Amino acid sequence: MALLEVRDLTVVFERKGEEPFTAVDGVNFDVEPGQTVGLVGESGCGKSVTSLAIMGLLPKRGARITGSVVYDGTELLKLSDRQMRDRRGRDLGMVFQDPLSSLNPVIPIGLQVTEVLERHRGMPRKEAMVEAKDLLDKVGIPDPNRRLSEYPHQLSGGMRQRALIAIALACRPKLLIADEPTTALDVTIQAQILSLMKELVQDLGTALVMITHDLGVVAGLCDEVNVLYGGKVVEKAMRHELFAKPRHPYTHGLLASIPRLDAPRGEKLTPIKGSVADNIPWEQGCAFAPRCPNALEVCTSVTPAEEDQLGRLLRCHNPVVPGTPAAEEVPV
Amino acid sequence: MLRYTIRRLIQLVGVVLVLSLLLFAWLRALPGGPVSALLGERATPESRAALTKQLGLDQPIIVQYFKFLGRAASGDFGVSNGVQPGDSAMEIFLQRFPATIELSFSALLIAIALGIPLGYLAAKRRGSWFDNMSVIGSLIGVAIPVFFLAYVLKDNFSHLLGLPSIGRQNGDIGATRVTGFFVLDGLLTREFDASWDALKHLILPAMALATIPFAVIFRITRAAVLEVLDEDFVRTAESKGLTAPVIRRRHVLRNAMLPVVTTIGLQTGALLSGAVLTEKVFAFPGVGEALALGFERRDYPVLLLLLIMAAIVYVLVNLLVDLSYALIDPRIRTR
Repeated sequence: MALLEVRDLTVVFERKGEEPFTAVDGVNFDVEPGQTVGLVGESGCGKSVTSLAIMGLLPKRGARITGSVVYDGTELLKLSDRQMRDRRGRDLGMVFQDPLSSLNPVIPIGLQVTEVLERHRGMPRKEAMVEAKDLLDKVGIPDPNRRLSEYPHQLSGGMRQRALIAIALACRPKLLIADEPTTALDVTIQAQILSLMKELVQDLGTALVMITHDLGVVAGLCDEVNVLYGGKVVEKAMRHELFAKPRHPYTHGLLASIPRLDAPRGEKLTPIKGSVADNIPWEQGCAFAPRCPNALEVCTSVTPAEEDQLGRLLRCHNPVVPGTPAAEEVPV
Repeated sequence: MLRYTIRRLIQLVGVVLVLSLLLFAWLRALPGGPVSALLGERATPESRAALTKQLGLDQPIIVQYFKFLGRAASGDFGVSNGVQPGDSAMEIFLQRFPATIELSFSALLIAIALGIPLGYLAAKRRGSWFDNMSVIGSLIGVAIPVFFLAYVLKDNFSHLLGLPSIGRQNGDIGATRVTGFFVLDGLLTREFDASWDALKHLILPAMALATIPFAVIFRITRAAVLEVLDEDFVRTAESKGLTAPVIRRRHVLRNAMLPVVTTIGLQTGALLSGAVLTEKVFAFPGVGEALALGFERRDYPVLLLLLIMAAIVYVLVNLLVDLSYALIDPRIRTR
């Protein structure tokens, strides 16, 4: 049985006097124990909202969540606020994008680690401090004893993200959700943080949901990848399959827009034209159709269904034939 | 930290010196003067000249000022000639200061004890009925003049609540004086009746004085909490599954306190000026009442001492505020 089963998850933001906005539109995916699953897409595709919905961190008012999120046999969406509080930090950990703003600036790092140990593992403060020191050590923070009494502004960006990872993993959750954990960091630090996360989830047997816009992160980390567009999963495949044979034109476009070291000299990058629309209508055809080089007549009238194609899920009327080069060359 | 404190205290000396000179000159520039106030309009020129000489007012201002400084250095601020004629200005100050402290402190306590929790609640329930009502209420609180509210409380509410409508008279509460603070003295000497009586005399004036600071503290707390609630670290705290009280205290309020503490410091100014009006309305025997009386009777020594003391209190409170920043925010401490 999967550790996490997300079924038909839909999040609609409603505001008085405004059109309801569907941020996540019937997303399905599973995470097996110890597996790393990627959620990939441009900003605004609903990947962060998906993660917040799983964690129960969306505002109570204004966000209507439907569908089902089953963690280890328990329906999370039906839990009370108090029951969800007992689970967060213990069963599900989360790492956020900006490590500086995600740490409380006025309390020491030590307390920010120990408070989660005190809360879920019932440790007294002293014992928790010893454990916190070990945790900081484990995530590669040098001189952890000194760091315990320091404040976030005294740490470097990489250190801060390491501290946040220590916090998220403090109670050995079976599932870790990382929302763009490397986006706010320097490139050199990004690689360090990624390899640290990879190592830790392997050691602890933690399942990881990696949310990113960066296919490079996916390539180095994920077992399975879900590509999101306009709040729907448009393609889902194992990592090797996806990189070798992208079928959805959006996935194909994302891959074509990354610079590659092994590409022939002088080859142009191919960006995806246009940008994500504010409110993407899936009712009338495919939401990607206006930007799609493969779009047919049918794409603007009939919403493509999710089809299973040899273990790969695809939502497209006219998928890319494997081996096709980038459809349109645009000078950058 | 220590060096900073010392530097600020040295600055305080400078502030007091400059202020004393300005006040000295300004008081003497006021129309009238102690001679007219004491002798009335029909005094003969001879008696006027005699009193002027007796009070030392016939000398040039600069000479008067330096004489004043010389005496002040040894703690002698002159003798009252209007408020309590014959008593030294220092005596009057020491007698009345505890009452004002008691009044201002109670008012500030009421303002903080109501303003911070209500501000937090309003922010947490932003846009709700409660939030809207309390925002409107606090606007009224800021806008309503202290003396008006004081009269309303005194004339309309004292009977309803069974509270005395005027302040206790100086020392006539039959309690032994230890510190000069009426409520505290009663507790120290176990004369609890006296404490209770003092407290009853304190409630209405303190309520009147508390309205503006309360309204301001409420509004600032609400705004600060609203801002902090949107911060990423609050979301992190939620993602750890921490209990609501821990998140509220450790993560939200601690971060929201910085602007609130600043406001509390600035409100001491409002409290001091509000105390003058409140004490006058309730005939409360504090510094404020003495100030009002001192102006009527042009009691230079008393006015000068009380105004300088008010300035010192204001500067000291704001020094405390600045020091407490460092306690709250480590980013200031390690800078």
